[in-house]
Amino acid sequence: MNEARKKRVALIALLVLGVGSATALALMGFKENLNHYFSPTDISDGKAANVSRVRLGGWVKEGSLHRSDSTTPGSAVWSAFKMTDRFRCVSVRFDKILPDLFKEGETAVATGVIGADGVLVADEVLAKHDENYKPPGVEEYAKVAEQRMAAAGGNVVDCQP
Amino acid sequence: MTPELGQVALILALCLTLILGFAPLIGAWIGNQVLMRLGTPAAAGQFVFVAFAFSLLTYAFIAQDFSVKYVADNSNTELPLIYRYTAVWGGHEGSKLLWALVLAGWTLAVTAFSGHLPETLRARVLGTLGLIGSGFLGFLVFTSNPFTRWLPPMPDGNDLNPLLQDPGMIIHPPMLYMGYVGMAVPFAFAVAALLEGKMDRQWVRWSRPWTNVAWAFLSVGIALGSWWAYYELGWGGWWFWDPVENASFMPWLVACALIHAQAITEKRGTFVNWTLLLSIAGFSLSLLGTFLVRSGILTSVHAFASDPLRGAYILGFLGLVTGGALTLFALRASNIRVASNAALMSKESLLIINNVLLVSACFLVLCGTLWPLVTEIMHWPKVSVGAPWFGANFSLIVAPLFILMPLGAFTRWHGDTVAAILPKLKFAALAALVVAAIAWLWLKNLDVKTTLGVLGGFWIIFGTLSFLIRRWRDKPAGQRYTAEMLAMSSAHFGIGLWLLGVVLVNTLGVERDVRLKSGESVSVGGYTLLMKSVTQVSGPNFEADEGVFELKSGEQLIAVLRPQKRVYRRGNVQTEAAIDPSLARDIYVALGEPLDANRQVWAVRAYLKPYIRLIWLGALLMGFGGLLGAFERRLRRRVEQTRMAPTAVAANAVQA
Amino acid sequence: MSAEAQLDITQAPRTNWLVLLPLFLVLGLGLLLALNLLQKKRDQDAGRDSKEVPSPLIGKPVPAFDTLDLVTGAAVSTKALRGQAFILNVWASWCAVCQIEHPVFNAYAKTPGALPVIGLNYKDAPDDAKRWIAQLGNPYNQIAVDENGKIGMDLGVYGAPETYFVDRDGIIRFKQIGEMTAQILATQTARMAGPR
Repeated sequence: MNEARKKRVALIALLVLGVGSATALALMGFKENLNHYFSPTDISDGKAANVSRVRLGGWVKEGSLHRSDSTTPGSAVWSAFKMTDRFRCVSVRFDKILPDLFKEGETAVATGVIGADGVLVADEVLAKHDENYKPPGVEEYAKVAEQRMAAAGGNVVDCQP
Repeated sequence: MTPELGQVALILALCLTLILGFAPLIGAWIGNQVLMRLGTPAAAGQFVFVAFAFSLLTYAFIAQDFSVKYVADNSNTELPLIYRYTAVWGGHEGSKLLWALVLAGWTLAVTAFSGHLPETLRARVLGTLGLIGSGFLGFLVFTSNPFTRWLPPMPDGNDLNPLLQDPGMIIHPPMLYMGYVGMAVPFAFAVAALLEGKMDRQWVRWSRPWTNVAWAFLSVGIALGSWWAYYELGWGGWWFWDPVENASFMPWLVACALIHAQAITEKRGTFVNWTLLLSIAGFSLSLLGTFLVRSGILTSVHAFASDPLRGAYILGFLGLVTGGALTLFALRASNIRVASNAALMSKESLLIINNVLLVSACFLVLCGTLWPLVTEIMHWPKVSVGAPWFGANFSLIVAPLFILMPLGAFTRWHGDTVAAILPKLKFAALAALVVAAIAWLWLKNLDVKTTLGVLGGFWIIFGTLSFLIRRWRDKPAGQRYTAEMLAMSSAHFGIGLWLLGVVLVNTLGVERDVRLKSGESVSVGGYTLLMKSVTQVSGPNFEADEGVFELKSGEQLIAVLRPQKRVYRRGNVQTEAAIDPSLARDIYVALGEPLDANRQVWAVRAYLKPYIRLIWLGALLMGFGGLLGAFERRLRRRVEQTRMAPTAVAANAVQA
Repeated sequence: MSAEAQLDITQAPRTNWLVLLPLFLVLGLGLLLALNLLQKKRDQDAGRDSKEVPSPLIGKPVPAFDTLDLVTGAAVSTKALRGQAFILNVWASWCAVCQIEHPVFNAYAKTPGALPVIGLNYKDAPDDAKRWIAQLGNPYNQIAVDENGKIGMDLGVYGAPETYFVDRDGIIRFKQIGEMTAQILATQTARMAGPR
């Protein structure tokens, strides 16, 4: 009976150890993998300073979309544009093909890492695909931006393209 | 007239299902045979009327009856005929009707194939299924009537979401629902067993075939979803850890654990509580999945249009079903004290490790999927959990599973020694090492993780083959394989293939997003894709830019690929990728976006996906294994000579 | 020898709290999900549903248009509408949700203090549209016709129904995508009457 009990304790201890270390590992990597939802104003306020991955929502600034224009056959595509919430904006660079329905003046979501130069290097860009997908919180971004604009005397012109 | 007939059919079905829910349960409680036997005709009636309603809705789509609101919302005059069939389940109400139909089908099947069950147990299983069915049909009739009319009728309808206008969508939801809803059967068995009290231990044995089949369908359904997302969404990915995908993966993990737990309980009589809990959890996760997808509280690229009111109904239903079952469990199960005295090294231990790992993996996915909800409630900054976190931690949790998998078949119940088991697998281990070494040398850019993955995949494959070969050698003809053994082998073999596909495509895959015009080419892997032209074409309900690409290896032309960028009449834009498939590699090309005003210069996406088909082939083998397992004759026998754990009876005696 | 062990679980000697654990976990989960649902319902009622995308034109002047009325054939133009706040409702006879929301507009048009509602018949066949209005009622002061969708494109219309609230200076103040509710009409009407 003692032998069986010892075996049981050993098994349970092993399980606890296993589960415990798996949990610890999972929690350690958790924060880095969270995509934080920010607006351009949030980022210019510095809220993204301690965060690794950013999910930026807003509108694509009209006139800000630039694409690779190299004429070398088979050259890699890249695009650069600015995301705005009508108060502040953030530059984004994306090295893949932009989604269907990505358009200047429409909403989009860019997810990636903000470099030291303040440019978001996106690994995923989503535009409004149909009624079913839309970045949460963009409505709030617009409201906050409106308030900030009013507080700043209403004279702020959001970024140049 | 016919839509109203459909409504009536649903109401009649609901009435019959209520009878099915209450009569057998009451009959079993008070011992009234007549009431208990009402289950059979009630189940048959439920199926007939739900099927009738479903066919009426299908007819409304084919006949393009836009006076029915659901038809008008999901199809229009230009929709090709075949997609009018699939549009039936393209929206919320229709897909719920499909759920109800599948549940009615399963209930009927259980009714038909449960003749060998004791009367009261059978009545309770059917009664539970009837109660669940009542909930579903009630939901349909009271909140999501697919037959609501628009009067006056509209001249034309909206479009079916173009993502759904696709052959994959014809079969993916029905398969998935077969799996989701199928988990209700082991659930019903568990509840029935709890209600029985003085139960025949063999309820687990009888619930096994049903669990196997449900798991098989779930495997195939998930695989189809993954394959469909791969070729339809245009991104070349096969799994995104998206909430909707996770919603189907969680019941699969638990069902997988359940199959293994049932093996212990059936053969050794131990871990009954655990098996009961898993049976309850499986179906609960199915319901949770359906809730998450339809309530709109999680953002996902493939969620249905949402409605908090419907979400509330489903949540209430989920609460009743799961809460009710768990309350029953709390009241009844604490009395079961069957101690297992299996050794540390035994089949029981391995299966328990399997369960712990699978349930932990499920818990991981659950936490990651629900975390955004927690941040929402606490008014913390909104977040979403990225795919890499899921992938990395999931791999860590299931890695021991892959290592231990081949051992299970060779380990005896109750106690065995490492010294007895490992020699049987030494050849498999050696072969796996050799193949992994060859792969590492030949494919050149394999990193440590991938090489280990290849090693693991082949270890599982050779280990499974070792088992099959040994049985062939050591046993006379006719006694070599049971259905159960073949099922296990097929499923494990499938997992080996799946693992190989996953790690290889992950590391060896090549993705190029380039700018091309006619006459230019891009190279992927050792292949060249030459863009010949882009022209305008028309489809039945869309206009498209169609690119013509020549796929070459060196100078030899392998295939001509025609990807399209479609614009549907209602304005939706859709990317149709062109794929040259083979088991060894897929070449995948899609039109990205036009880069000039004449639509002659395009951003083109080209992928090389080595061995990606192994992923779905593996899943198909798993499904095949699941189905095979249901045919195990032993599982249908009433009385059985079992080598039971000897302490079980003693423990009960002590209890009394 | 048959080994059918009868497990008798109807007796209740001691209660093990462990069996209550799954139930509590599930209840906790249920609470989390219910709270989220409630939040979502509140968002939807306030017109703040996270599915709705505010137009980038909010705070900007409504794009000018000048077209003909569907029923009377008279001119309908943004210039003529200057000086009063109004609601612009984009609808079509092929649009299912438009039928659902239409009674809301019918009722609204009769309430005192209601803003004038201008309809924009979007990408529609005029005969179908006229029939639709005749059957379902006409709450609109005027109905602008946009058969080719050009006006909609200027407005950033993505589909029907969509509704814009425009103030007396011609600035767009609010856009509702999807079905209009009485509550949103009331809230936004009050906002238009308030300080700018």
